[in-house]
Amino acid sequence: MSRGPIRTALLGDPQAARVVPPSGFTAHLTLFVSGAMAFLAVFALALSLASGRLADRWAEELARSATLRINAPPDQRAAQTEAALKILRQTPGVARARALSREEQAALLAPWFGADLQLDDLPVPQLIEVIDGEPGYDAAGLRLRLSAEVPGAVLDDHTRWRRPLVDAAHSLRRLGWAAILLIGGATAAMITLAANAALAANAQVIGVLRLVGAQDRYIAQAFVRRFTLRALFGAVVGVAFGLAGVILLPEATDEGGFLTGLGFQGIGWLLPALIPLLGALVAFVATWAAARRALKELT
Amino acid sequence: MIELENVGYSYGGGELLSDVSIQLVPGSFHFLTGPSGSGKTTLLKLCYGALLATTGQVRVFDQDMRSLDRDQMALLRRRIGVVHQDCRFLDHLPLADNIALPLTVSGHDTAKEGSDLQELMQWVDLSSRADALPPELSGGERQRAALARAVIMSPDVILADEPTGNVDWEMSQRLLQLLVELNRMGKTVLIATHDLALIRAAKSQVQVRVLRISNQRLQLAGADL
Repeated sequence: MSRGPIRTALLGDPQAARVVPPSGFTAHLTLFVSGAMAFLAVFALALSLASGRLADRWAEELARSATLRINAPPDQRAAQTEAALKILRQTPGVARARALSREEQAALLAPWFGADLQLDDLPVPQLIEVIDGEPGYDAAGLRLRLSAEVPGAVLDDHTRWRRPLVDAAHSLRRLGWAAILLIGGATAAMITLAANAALAANAQVIGVLRLVGAQDRYIAQAFVRRFTLRALFGAVVGVAFGLAGVILLPEATDEGGFLTGLGFQGIGWLLPALIPLLGALVAFVATWAAARRALKELT
Repeated sequence: MIELENVGYSYGGGELLSDVSIQLVPGSFHFLTGPSGSGKTTLLKLCYGALLATTGQVRVFDQDMRSLDRDQMALLRRRIGVVHQDCRFLDHLPLADNIALPLTVSGHDTAKEGSDLQELMQWVDLSSRADALPPELSGGERQRAALARAVIMSPDVILADEPTGNVDWEMSQRLLQLLVELNRMGKTVLIATHDLALIRAAKSQVQVRVLRISNQRLQLAGADL
């Protein structure tokens, strides 16, 4: 059966692999490095995807809500609250607005002051929850109107503290991708070292092959095929162990926060399957470059 | 076919060959002789591109060796069969695979050409050793296998470096017989040797030219050889 040109270009002639003697430690080194790096890449990918999901969720949830504080003397608080709610109901882009009950406000403060907090004893402002519509409201315009009609109202659209959180999540995602790139680079470096060692150990074999008319492409293929297949196999094993580790992590819960959400969701479970292919590609390129360079120096 | 014109080769500050000029015409049979270290192997290496001349010009099949890139050099070597004194096999491959190596590296289907390989192994009397690994072979078997590998691509030129260096008289006559047969088939043969008995034996079978390297220079040997 004839072999496809792409397969031949990628993996070369199987007979070419036979002309190079089986190598000892470089084979084990390549398998181990490839497996270990693939294992780490699974976690880096999981971290990156989880951070991305977190950033999107925070950005979406926080962007859709705002809080209006009514800082008014007790005798004016109810009137100003009613006035603010009236303005909010008239504001285009505000889907819903409601004043939090005293019990809800007490619940918000409970982590700091305890469950039996008496709000009447504290100068706590009245809070109004504002839910954005589609499209959202004009925050600057709303502030202007509130300052004119409800002097004690302060609109907090969460931008001030939302941005650092979302930025942190985005940074974490970038860190995950950077880790994947570093893992790829380290894999390439280790495979290059192993390929160079194999080439140096087989200098005599290469000399014989050159003597009988082998072109550099043919000799390089023998090494490229070997290292590519090893990297592929090692990465498959590494990904399998990595996925098992991710599966064993606790499932995402509200109580667990970010750490329990570290994993894959939906189609994301298919992404680790790309790691062995990318590992093989890295090995292919690294070995090819090392072989071409070494062959020029050897003969 | 192979032409050296005022060729010189220097290594490590010393001059090994100087002002060497020869021409190997198709179908000719040459011996290259001289004392050990005189430059016989170097001259052979210049002929198949393992070394490049320091001065002068080496032309093989009308191609200047210096102008060839690595791939072109590899293709040229498929037209030249080389027999090394130390044979240079791949020790992890069986003998049959070693002999078929030039076919393998040039992309031939060795399965299809299996009958040619068997015929060639019969010719060098190694059929029964097809599966043996090179370290298991005797000196004579290795030399015959090296010769078989050198001719499996049906090259135009055969270069042999001390092909009888490690074998007894009987085996050297057998090897000479094979080389003479190849020459009669039209192959150009150049043998580097210091075995004068071998040269005399060849002279009785085929027309040969004997070249001698002396003091870095090449000259036609006298009739005393």
